[in-house]
Amino acid sequence: MLQNHYNITSFCRIKNNRIILNDQVVFSETGHFSTFIKSAYKTLGVKYPKFFKMDALSKLAFIAADVLLKHENITPEHEENVAIIFSNSASSLETDRTHQTSIQNKANYFPSPAVFVYTLPNICIGEISIKYKLYSENSFFIFDTFNAEHLFTYSNSLLESQKADKVLCGWVEYDGEHYDAFLYLVAKSEGITHQIKDINTLYNK
Amino acid sequence: MGKVFFSYNNIISSLGFDSKTVVDKIHHGVSGLKQIQDNAIFPTPFYSSLINPTDLDAAFSLATQKKGYTKLEKMMITSLHDTIGQSGIDVHHNKVGLIISTTKGNIDALDQNNPFLETRSYLHELGRVIKTHFGFKNDAIVVSNACVSGILAIAIAKRYILQNVYDHVFVVGGDLVTEFILSGFNSFQALSEVPCKPYDKDRAGINIGETAASALITKDHTALAKEATEILGEASCNDANHISGPSRTGEGLYRSIQSAMTQANVSHQDIDYISAHGTATMYNDEMEAIAFNRHHLENVPVNSLKGYFGHTLGTSGLIETIIGTHSLCNNTLYPSLGFNALGVSKPINVITQTTKKPLNTFLKTASGFGGCNTAVIFKKINH
Repeated sequence: MLQNHYNITSFCRIKNNRIILNDQVVFSETGHFSTFIKSAYKTLGVKYPKFFKMDALSKLAFIAADVLLKHENITPEHEENVAIIFSNSASSLETDRTHQTSIQNKANYFPSPAVFVYTLPNICIGEISIKYKLYSENSFFIFDTFNAEHLFTYSNSLLESQKADKVLCGWVEYDGEHYDAFLYLVAKSEGITHQIKDINTLYNK
Repeated sequence: MGKVFFSYNNIISSLGFDSKTVVDKIHHGVSGLKQIQDNAIFPTPFYSSLINPTDLDAAFSLATQKKGYTKLEKMMITSLHDTIGQSGIDVHHNKVGLIISTTKGNIDALDQNNPFLETRSYLHELGRVIKTHFGFKNDAIVVSNACVSGILAIAIAKRYILQNVYDHVFVVGGDLVTEFILSGFNSFQALSEVPCKPYDKDRAGINIGETAASALITKDHTALAKEATEILGEASCNDANHISGPSRTGEGLYRSIQSAMTQANVSHQDIDYISAHGTATMYNDEMEAIAFNRHHLENVPVNSLKGYFGHTLGTSGLIETIIGTHSLCNNTLYPSLGFNALGVSKPINVITQTTKKPLNTFLKTASGFGGCNTAVIFKKINH
């Protein structure tokens, strides 16, 4: 394989009531996801009122991305070409179930546009793109389990074809009581080598 | 860099179960939309194009005797069966990929009255079912990126081939008309009560339709379909503006077209035809007209095919690309059904009748929720 000069410069994990950035715990608090993530928003000083309108998947992805992009000094003012490639197993099913509940009973029928708009997994990419002014390549993929090989191939394609200068990759899952976000940035800077085995090592930590 | 081609294809729709039949209907201006009265999915009559279950079962039984599939799976398998058959490619080979394009997959399995288990609504389950049915060696890659999924899937297939992961990729798209979808779009007040009228001054919103479609993307130039095209350039850029409304300046679409043209090494003068998104909502159509004008594409013949099928969500970009490739092959522009008088603030050249014209290159665009946009440029192969 050719020498790969792109590296993983940062990674962020949100699971089990903890937010970890590059092996450092930056926030932890017990309790249900909804209170945990709201508390993280306040403690980390995110200051973005649209956050409160988001569904759980978007909140999860948004906070993970915000922690990582801030650390990387990526700001809306610089308008960097950072592509976003996300994946998960449950798509937007958590919010899909909410919408389905609102239409299941004809006598109690209350579909809402504020819920329905989140019945697509890529909405969380839109939320991050809006905050960080990322007019970049984005796509959402569904796999039964974390698929490092796919993220590796597709991010390399975008970088090599100069469609993107950096790629924010990862897995953002919210399904029932289970949540897990694992995001990492691939860029031409110092970092962990960008290979499938390295991605898997970080994910399996 | 090697060339990648868009080749054999199939469409499953209310206008027919193969691409040629469907294109012939479009040639004659026949719409697959009709008024539907079905209280199980919507309380009032609505316009849609639906796949007749009896016709589908008949076509499906010619493809396979296997049982236990959902309606959507039958649509997608019937479509892919035709495309694989035309191509003669052995899908058991490790250099053959499978990409699935859908927004909601088997979302009807969430309904308590649906006979299938709720787990069927997981999109990777849909991928597994289709992979297993045909015996693909590789796992399916499922793309779910709102209304650009179908066209984005073609771009992703090309990128996988250029990364040398695959030599051939079968792309199959599908989405259903369900209560889930209709109630949601209705809550946005986006549904039209009449057949949709893209770009028209009287446009009143979208119709939702159901189709499946499939195509082979390949690097093998030796055994291409007659209507095959080369995929010259592709890009997908976000509006970074709003999650449910398009950018007023068409920023993401403008940038997508720019990036695709740069990669394709073509200018606006090289584009013979635009197959646009044209959902017939006020904001979408206006946004597209602005983006096309920013690229000086206002004189290029443009259509929206939503007047034939409605908006078919995760399939729309794929099905519209298939029809675009036939348009090039037949040197014929097909009318943008439902259009009478321009209703966008910038001039665009909407096709009003079936017109013979030499065609070489077309641009396909789509835009969707989450601020996503995709543009792909295709060029005719001279056999």
